[in-house]
Amino acid sequence: MSSTSNLLSTPLTSWHVENGGRMVDFAGWSMPVQYGSIVEEHHQTRNAFGLFDVSHMGRLYFSGSEVGAFLDSLTTRRVSGIDAGKIRYSLMTNEAGCILDDVLVYRLADSDEQPFYMMVVNASNRTKIVEWLKSNLPQGCDIEIDDRTESTAMIAVQGPKANEAVTKIASLNPDTLSYYTGVVAKIGDAEVIISRTGYTGEDGCELIVPGDAAVSIWSQLIELGKAVGGGASGLASRDSLRLEAAMPLYGHELTEDINAAQADLKFAINVKDREFIGRSAILAARKDESLRKRVGFVLKGKRAARENCPVVVDGNVVGEVTSGAFAPTVQNSISMGYVDPAFAEPGTKVQFDIRGKFHDGEVVQLPFYKRD
Amino acid sequence: MKPENYLFAESHEWANVADEGGDKVATVGISAHAVEALTDLVYMDLPDVGDTVTAGESFGEVESVKATSDMFSPVDGEIIAVNTDLPDNLETLNDDPYAAGWIIKVKLSSEDSLSKLMDFETYEKQCSE
Repeated sequence: MSSTSNLLSTPLTSWHVENGGRMVDFAGWSMPVQYGSIVEEHHQTRNAFGLFDVSHMGRLYFSGSEVGAFLDSLTTRRVSGIDAGKIRYSLMTNEAGCILDDVLVYRLADSDEQPFYMMVVNASNRTKIVEWLKSNLPQGCDIEIDDRTESTAMIAVQGPKANEAVTKIASLNPDTLSYYTGVVAKIGDAEVIISRTGYTGEDGCELIVPGDAAVSIWSQLIELGKAVGGGASGLASRDSLRLEAAMPLYGHELTEDINAAQADLKFAINVKDREFIGRSAILAARKDESLRKRVGFVLKGKRAARENCPVVVDGNVVGEVTSGAFAPTVQNSISMGYVDPAFAEPGTKVQFDIRGKFHDGEVVQLPFYKRD
Repeated sequence: MKPENYLFAESHEWANVADEGGDKVATVGISAHAVEALTDLVYMDLPDVGDTVTAGESFGEVESVKATSDMFSPVDGEIIAVNTDLPDNLETLNDDPYAAGWIIKVKLSSEDSLSKLMDFETYEKQCSE
């Protein structure tokens, strides 16, 4: 077991340790992978709500008059000109159209109704993205980037009873927000961002809170969870939840070796009447009929085809798995991965070479799970 | 059967060695600590009777929701029995890892590997570190 002493900690790390969290090194942060059963934590989110400490995700705040145009030049969707309160899931790509990160860009209004931009990036990419942003800043432009990852905390409250719980402590009912919008609100005296986002396929919201208010807010939600079957959930169940919802994960479905056009995220790529780094390479990749595509698979039995597992048809390797597990809600072994285009149609029979033994499976339509 | 009398590998397998008809036979399983750490077991891949095993090398796999893990043989020898009920009843590993949760029985080809294994007390100490 690796030492976690030299890792970054979140404002909630002590709480996790005191409450039985099994702590692991996650992108340089000491994070709880589980408290007890991953399956129970998974069902807890699907049935009531799960609380996830996602404070390791990077939170970058922008100020200056040219931020909108600057972000437009680096992201696969336009973010300038969107109304305050809207949030865009987007990709950042390099010149080759390959994926540097998948990000959320928030266009919010502060408590004085002044609009500002904020971006949530993956923990493993924070340093890279800050450097990428800085290296692409036009000379002399009026833009400041403030990385507040370590002074704030981020709590995902996910599940059918999540918003009901947040309503009891916040100045606003998250149900009044539509999906992928957010506001600056209050929880007690703390100024927080409440957004209708998450990465579990469930209803709910995410809270960005001052670091010194995190334990109090988390503890209040833990108390509220006791009555309805909600509680703390680790990052392992967040992973099984997002896999069932077929949400791609950076480092697995999304990497710098994958062109954005391959990733089945057309909604997050807007090329019409605009320029951004990677655009022409993405357009070229869309016409390239040899590139592998992201698909979903189900397997027979409980054996899981996991990351790096070869996908085989008639003895030939036609693809590779990027994530896989036995999925608690759908009660099946499921995987995502990339296959040659000829084998990407749902219904295609494939095999998985799992450590030298072949197991039957099939390409299926994504997602594996969709809430009612 | 009491784990206090078993031998343990660093990789969390146990071996309980006994005389059976003149042969030394090791019953092999995985420790309660390993079962707890794996959590949410979903699958187990077992070897066949007649296969040979080598100390320190994989003889099968156990899969949880989170990951797939090798099970390493603590001893050298030939497999003479496999607990084939186990894959369909993985909860047995949670309930009774040191008796009903046995995985394979190995007729030892040599006793050399036994000296590399730990007693229960030393193993417990390793797990608490």
